Amino acid sequence: MVDAKTRKQLFDTPETHFLNCSKGFKSWAFTLDHKRIGIMYLIGVTIALFLAGIFALVLRTHLWTFDGATGMSDDMYNQMFTLHGAVMVFSFIIPSIPAALGNIALPMMLGAKDVAFPRMNLASFYLWIIGTGLLLTAILTGYGLDTGWTFYTPYSIETQTGVIFATFGAFVLGFSSIFTGLNFLVTVNTMRAKGQGWFKLPLFIWSLYATAIIQVLATPVLGITLLMLIAEKTMHIGIFDPRYGGDPVLFQHFFWFYSHPAVYIMILPAMGVISELISVYSQKRIFGYSFIAFSSVAIALLGFLVWGHHMFTSGQSQVVTLIFSAITFTVAIPSAVKVFNWLATLYKGSILLNTPMCYALSFIFLFGIGGLTGLFLGALSTDIHLHDTYFVVAHFHFVMVGGTLTALLGGVFHWWPKIWGRMYNDMLGRAGCFLVFSGFNLTFFPQFVMGSRGMPRRYASYDPEFVAFHQLSTVGAFILGLGILLSFLVLVYAAFRGPRCGSNPFKAASLEWQSSSPPDFHNFVHKPVFNDPYDFDSQVYDEELDTYISREFADPATVPPRKEPVHH
Amino acid sequence: MSDHDNLPSFCHPAAPKLLFGVFFALIFLTIFTVVTSASGKWLGIPPAFTFPIAMMIATLKGFLVCAFFMHMWWDKGFNIMAFLSSILFAALFISMTLMDTGHYQDAIESYDVKQMPKVAEQLADEA
Amino acid sequence: MAVADTHSLNDHHDDHGEFIAHHFDSPEQQFDSGKLGIWLFLVTEVLFFSGLFVAYTLYRNHHPEIFEQAHVFLNKYLGGLNTIVLLFSSLTMALGVRAAQLGKNKNCAIYILITMVCATMFLGVKAVEYSHKWDMGILVRSAFELTYVHPEPTLGIAKALHISDYLVWISLIPALLFGGFLLASGIAKLTDKSLCAKFMLGMAVTISGYFLGVVVGLVFMAAVEGNGDEDHASLRNANQPIALLAMTQETQTEAESATHNEADEGDHADDHSHQHEQVFDKHHPDPETLSRDVGTFFSIYYCMTGLHAIHIIAGIGFLAWLYWRSLAGHWRSDYFGPVDYVGLYWHLVDLIWIYLFPLLYLID
Ligand code: HEM
Ligand SMILES: [Cu+2]
Repeated sequence: MVDAKTRKQLFDTPETHFLNCSKGFKSWAFTLDHKRIGIMYLIGVTIALFLAGIFALVLRTHLWTFDGATGMSDDMYNQMFTLHGAVMVFSFIIPSIPAALGNIALPMMLGAKDVAFPRMNLASFYLWIIGTGLLLTAILTGYGLDTGWTFYTPYSIETQTGVIFATFGAFVLGFSSIFTGLNFLVTVNTMRAKGQGWFKLPLFIWSLYATAIIQVLATPVLGITLLMLIAEKTMHIGIFDPRYGGDPVLFQHFFWFYSHPAVYIMILPAMGVISELISVYSQKRIFGYSFIAFSSVAIALLGFLVWGHHMFTSGQSQVVTLIFSAITFTVAIPSAVKVFNWLATLYKGSILLNTPMCYALSFIFLFGIGGLTGLFLGALSTDIHLHDTYFVVAHFHFVMVGGTLTALLGGVFHWWPKIWGRMYNDMLGRAGCFLVFSGFNLTFFPQFVMGSRGMPRRYASYDPEFVAFHQLSTVGAFILGLGILLSFLVLVYAAFRGPRCGSNPFKAASLEWQSSSPPDFHNFVHKPVFNDPYDFDSQVYDEELDTYISREFADPATVPPRKEPVHH
Repeated sequence: MSDHDNLPSFCHPAAPKLLFGVFFALIFLTIFTVVTSASGKWLGIPPAFTFPIAMMIATLKGFLVCAFFMHMWWDKGFNIMAFLSSILFAALFISMTLMDTGHYQDAIESYDVKQMPKVAEQLADEA
Repeated sequence: MAVADTHSLNDHHDDHGEFIAHHFDSPEQQFDSGKLGIWLFLVTEVLFFSGLFVAYTLYRNHHPEIFEQAHVFLNKYLGGLNTIVLLFSSLTMALGVRAAQLGKNKNCAIYILITMVCATMFLGVKAVEYSHKWDMGILVRSAFELTYVHPEPTLGIAKALHISDYLVWISLIPALLFGGFLLASGIAKLTDKSLCAKFMLGMAVTISGYFLGVVVGLVFMAAVEGNGDEDHASLRNANQPIALLAMTQETQTEAESATHNEADEGDHADDHSHQHEQVFDKHHPDPETLSRDVGTFFSIYYCMTGLHAIHIIAGIGFLAWLYWRSLAGHWRSDYFGPVDYVGLYWHLVDLIWIYLFPLLYLID
């Protein structure tokens, strides 16, 4: 057992920690510390989010009236939605949870000092900067980009906007993503804490692992696709370009072989975050651990078999269309498995409705709608009607914003006290969550209706019949923006001015909470004890430190008896 | 060999004999494949077989390189599985696209180039 | 449940070896991590190339005739030669790994040097092949413009050596590098940096492999051309306009009957309105089919071999790093990871070539 002094040394807010152990620009720019890299990533993706978010608000403002309220030209509109989509997808949402939150949490959850390849981790971040820079050069050079985030041929070969810059940017961002994925796979395989078997890993790790599998297997295909597109554009090699005997639909195969799995790169980590939040804030062992764990891997693998559902109306052959449609339905199964397990976890849990939990609950609701509408789109007959309408736009925003962004915010609120050692204002946090949730629904729910009535996507002007829906949507978008801004301010204020909090304010049991807040440069001052991540009874309150600590460190005199026998 | 006794458990030097053996096998297969393709008719191999034979030889060579030069024979199962899975996924990619493009080739063949919509460059030229 | 190990409080300076990174517990953990990492990297490489294999498979399946027409422009003996060069480099690489595992740094350096020489030799042969094709106007699909006569060299050196202008231009870079490395080696020697001097000399030797490759490639081509065997006869025939004409007309009529059934004459003339293709009209009646199809083959050929060559060049970079570290004597039987990892990469590059060779050169 440990004495009070050691306890203090281990868990009390330390004087030197990873945030202040070295100072100056270089100590951040050249750091190999996964936590610092994670924070830099978090700042980076936040900037991308705000930038692309502003583009979105401009788009929504333009759609206030049916003939375009901003006076922006149609060309400009095309460029605006392309940049919105491309930056959101490649620079924000793909790296958001894995590279920012995952980077901070993953090694600590394994009780490791760092990821397996710290230099590669830093390189990944610099590639992110370069890639995002290249994407944005398309605007800065004045060429713009008007192909949509999908770069479909033959238009992308013909347009004179900055396709080469942008695709090269996406290419570089792809490598950034591969580096993160590869690093995580190796870290989880070789650097788990002693006694931490595969089925004792927190589910966030499982989901990051599944994500990493996709990153490693699918992203290289994006790389070669974009290189071939660049070759086609510069040299006309005649593989995609119909003017030279090429096959433009082939490009879509190439693109979606990556990009459908990539939507799971976006959602899987979010699901992992939700598994943690639901369990911690219900203070209940996660229901159906192995189902959730395996469903992540199942999603990752099945995700490779359905890419053709984006091509139902592209001239894809009927046989293949049928196959892809059928498999698309099976992907929904593992997603549903997760949702049911979360609900079962909530059942009879002691639920704490704080900010992260509010986000987690809104995730379940929004992702549910997003996933179910995916099934409408996967069904052949309905997709013919709904393809390229606002219904699709609403579908993917429900999963990407309602799902991933919501989970990102929830996760950030959950780990924020760990990162900074300071607590946020929960009331304002929840207010932000409420704005995000209601603004989101107001923005995107009308789009389902519009879409099913035939409002096509990517149009700068529209039939007056849809004005009311578009205006609702625009109002919603501003509320959503306000909600994100409020959450951002709450977080920033907390990071610098929030009240100090102990090492484990939420009584969570996974390993990262066994370090002080903020953690030491080496994550743990001691070699951490392996802990069942879902055994919340293993944590007991320590009055002196005003936080929860592991039973084994606690003063034996004050430790209450276990409620349930240790679970193996 | 005595100098192998105190090597750490993860260090397995391959015997030079084995490496050379593999190398000569590879050279033999290379020459063999060139010969069968150059004078297949002459050797009495039906033309339809020369390509499958060439690919089979390539795969055999690939096996030798992987197993011995890349030490896969002694490697961890997980690493082998990881590598082989890449081939599986590449095969998936190839087979599905092949199947689909096979079905719509006629449409491409009959596509009339001159009916292509004007491209941006042309439009710009005209303007 | 395990008990907290509080004895090691703040004790981060475990007795780590020189090259064991701080976040690993043991050399074994570090090695296993690196090994899994490199295997996963190879996975990404395979999938990266897979896109080109898809393009290859599709076009070969849907247009087998163009592959048959096109392959006569590739010299299978040069390709075979290059295969053997790469296989040999794989052998020396494997021997280099063995040497590193046994801590024999000097042997390791020698093996790696040989590997690098083979790599540049491969590039030399490739340069001969590429320049020969460029001379004949065999380029990617849109620029494909077959001229049956080699253009006269214009550069002095090219004239003197009877080689292509393009070859001279490509060789300029290795020539400069060669001089640069020699110079650097000399300077290092004078300033008493013996490790650096050795390294630079080794790099100069490496680059000289390129010139060896060029010479061997040229001699090989001349020899193959001389002994007029069956295969070469077809190649030479292929260079005759008549043969090409016959070939294209054949496919053209095929294509026409298949697809342009209803197309009338007037329609047909319009088909060739693209400017770059009009150049062809001087040579023969309807170059459209040939240019379209054979050009696509060469697009794929250049993409595949070009990407492969880029990997070889990158590999030389990694090998040079190993060469330096071998000279510095870094390898021990518990620390040889980098050699092993680069070795795996090198073998993969070889492996890809093993497939490219029959796919591109041995089509019959
Ligand atoms: C639950 C299972 C899901 C199913 C069955 C499904 C199905 C589909 C289908 C069939 C389409 C094509 C619609 C069309 O273009 O006509 C589509 C589009 C899309 N989905 Fe999903 N989806 C699912 C989950 C997700 C998730 C989790 C994400 C991202 C996090 C996502 C992101 C997207 C995106 C971005 C598009 C539109 C791509 C574009 O054309 O720009 N989907 N989905
Ligand atoms: Cu999809």
